[in-house]
Amino acid sequence: MSTLLQIHEPGETPLPHEGERGIAVGIDLGTTNSVVAIAPTPEPEVLRDMHGTGLVPSVVHYARDGSVTVGSGAAAKMPEDPANTVASVKRLMGRGRADLKSLAGTLPYALDADDTAGGMVRLSVAGRNLTPVEVSADILRALKTRAEERTDSKVDRAVITVPAYFDDAARTATRDAARLAGLEVLRLVNEPTAAALAYGLDSGAEGLYAIFDLGGGTFDVSVLRLEKGVFQVVATGGDAALGGDDFDHAIAERLLRERGIAKPDLKAVRAALATARRIKEALTDADKAGGILDIGGARTEHTLERKELETMIAPLVRRTTAICASVIEDAGVAPTEIAGIVLVGGSTRVPLVRRAVEEFYGRAPLADIDPDEVVAVGAALQAHALTEGEGTLLLDVTPLSLGIETMGGIVEKVIPRNTPIPVALAQEFTTYQDGQTGMTIHVVQGERETVDACRSLARFELKGFPSMKAGAARIRVTFALDADGLLTVNASERTTGTGAQIEVKPSYGLSEDEMIGMLRASMEHAEEDMTRRLLIEARVEGGRVLAALGSALAADGALATPAERRAMAAVAARLKVAIDGEDRDLVNGLIEELERVGKPFAQRRIDRAINQALAGHSLDEIEAGMAPEAAPEGAAARDAAGTGS
Amino acid sequence: MNDTATDSAADGNGVGACWSCHGPVGRVALFCHVCGALQPPDRSDHFRRLGLGARFDIDDKDLLRRYVAFQQRLHPDRFARKSKKERVLAERHTVSLNEAYEALKDPLRRGAYLLQLAGRAAPTEEARTIDDHDLLMETLERREALSEAASLDAVATLAGQAAKEEARALAALEDAFAADDLDEATRLLTRLRYLKKFAEEARARRAVLAEQPA
Repeated sequence: MSTLLQIHEPGETPLPHEGERGIAVGIDLGTTNSVVAIAPTPEPEVLRDMHGTGLVPSVVHYARDGSVTVGSGAAAKMPEDPANTVASVKRLMGRGRADLKSLAGTLPYALDADDTAGGMVRLSVAGRNLTPVEVSADILRALKTRAEERTDSKVDRAVITVPAYFDDAARTATRDAARLAGLEVLRLVNEPTAAALAYGLDSGAEGLYAIFDLGGGTFDVSVLRLEKGVFQVVATGGDAALGGDDFDHAIAERLLRERGIAKPDLKAVRAALATARRIKEALTDADKAGGILDIGGARTEHTLERKELETMIAPLVRRTTAICASVIEDAGVAPTEIAGIVLVGGSTRVPLVRRAVEEFYGRAPLADIDPDEVVAVGAALQAHALTEGEGTLLLDVTPLSLGIETMGGIVEKVIPRNTPIPVALAQEFTTYQDGQTGMTIHVVQGERETVDACRSLARFELKGFPSMKAGAARIRVTFALDADGLLTVNASERTTGTGAQIEVKPSYGLSEDEMIGMLRASMEHAEEDMTRRLLIEARVEGGRVLAALGSALAADGALATPAERRAMAAVAARLKVAIDGEDRDLVNGLIEELERVGKPFAQRRIDRAINQALAGHSLDEIEAGMAPEAAPEGAAARDAAGTGS
Repeated sequence: MNDTATDSAADGNGVGACWSCHGPVGRVALFCHVCGALQPPDRSDHFRRLGLGARFDIDDKDLLRRYVAFQQRLHPDRFARKSKKERVLAERHTVSLNEAYEALKDPLRRGAYLLQLAGRAAPTEEARTIDDHDLLMETLERREALSEAASLDAVATLAGQAAKEEARALAALEDAFAADDLDEATRLLTRLRYLKKFAEEARARRAVLAEQPA
């Protein structure tokens, strides 16, 4: 018999046309600096510039002539053109203007005050009106270009890291930025989790780990459990507005005071911050350090002792350990149960920070991997794991509680924070007025008890259920969060089955129209990419169907008549050719055709199994010996549920 | 997926049809033994989903180990190179596993779930009144003492007493389930719920006292 069908081991369906996809990278999109890495090559590798620098300053300069500079080039332009140089844009991701009152006076670039088009904040730079999403996309584009130049291949997918407490709006904004830059986001991974991944691979240790991440602008602490190659996030916490920049600000304020400047302009602030940072870095090793503050050619000399610095920043450092304590309490463990502490972020180089961490946990933290690069390394490892379907598995939790508004503006939580995802949880609500036939479902995110203290994500109406007495209706609201943290909310009235559903797109995100407009403007070929992806899906599906038929024929081939075999082989051959081609509809059509001609054969296989079952053999019994090594529990589950024995 | 006559024809014999190769597959199998495709999750209870019998006395470490082992095999990330259908099924499995693990890892929720399996109303979420008169008096006294506690030490003493009570009640709950005494288990679960709530109140009180200038 001719072997038109290739037979593969069960579960080993090969992915057709592997080479056609670009490579996937890991990106740490930081407030101050960003890093891109790839894995494994054979070791994970940070992609550096020709000077060996892995850090790309997260700074973008917009020139009047329309040219865009990212990284150290943009940072160099900051002193002379601060109004058109955007730094720390990460702090604005997913923020509405109302969120920014506290930041307003401190930003060197202008926020567009007239904008009413949407809730998202906009920046006015170089005569352009930009969203933080577009600025982040420019940074991502530069990282993508660096990766493509270094690896000499197309880069089209990425794992991007975000702070653990980033809410839905900020996560969506990050995703949108990646799309604009022509990158498909394989997964947004929490920064501390990525750092743990980088260490987990090297040490192979098991137990509970705390990840202490003090970056330029954000603070994160997480407790993770590592068990048999699986990372589980047990609890997370943090502060979106606490970081090494605050240390710089404290020093800069003192410098300006010493200089006698009460109302510094932008240039003075920038210059003072730059000097402050140099002094802070010098104080990592020295007890005393000096620096020159140069504002428009007028120079003054300043010195600072490490002790003085520590007095200045002590309240900030205390805030980090207070957050550590509450996360530990959330995790339900004692500080001494933590088997290791991983340090992340350049600000963990500050000696007082290290001392505070060591004191709190009662042990010295790990710092073998450069704390500025460890997150990108972990992201790269996860990008590898997600494209290969192997390696370390990440079990993530939702960082913030999700709930709906009830009477009086009180929030009823449906999914509490730190719940493992993906997850689907339901709660029942009822009406509060006689004759009520509709209900507004207001979806919110946050830890507070009242709606106005939480972030509003979406609103939708459940309408048209019959009039009932107050409290008689049974409205079941289901929240489903997928592995990527995308939320779908479903509401239905149970006595009548009236239903409504919404995919939550945070109100601070960009609308689909805005997104498409930007995609066009950025000349990325969105539609082409989509068509390509659908074609790849169809090819994978076709490969799956061919392999499944191959396995079936190998197992029960005798049950097919020669005519059936010929018919199946003929369609299979056409499908194989179609998979090599470009016509997605043809692939899908032939998949259906193959399933159709294979039906009598499938029916005979089922009939035989039923007859065997009727003869006293349980199929589960037959399979028991063939269970894939799903761990002994798999077999145990089967035994417990055994039907025939 | 077009559910065919083959699927329904197989009903009731412990045999289902694999959605991928259309051959016979066991109702509770995770993977098809012929083509290796992941099968949809069945409607197991939470214990069975993790390969356990329905009992209160389970080892935390063993539970975690099982949860992790199943996730290793069933998580959607493990199906990155597989077809979309399998990734969707994997997601359903993981949702069920997460639900099962969350329901079982906390003794209170596990106890409530066992009562639910036995067809009894669990005394956790909704119960707003206390039928148990002794528990009512004890709870009121405890709360009064807490609201009067003026120092962190006093709060710590009260919280410590409550924690001891909680440990004792938990041990008794284990015995009650072992003896299949569901009335006693129900009573103890209610008691534990109030002790837990008290622990939260004590934490809040502690936070208030800690913030006040000495």
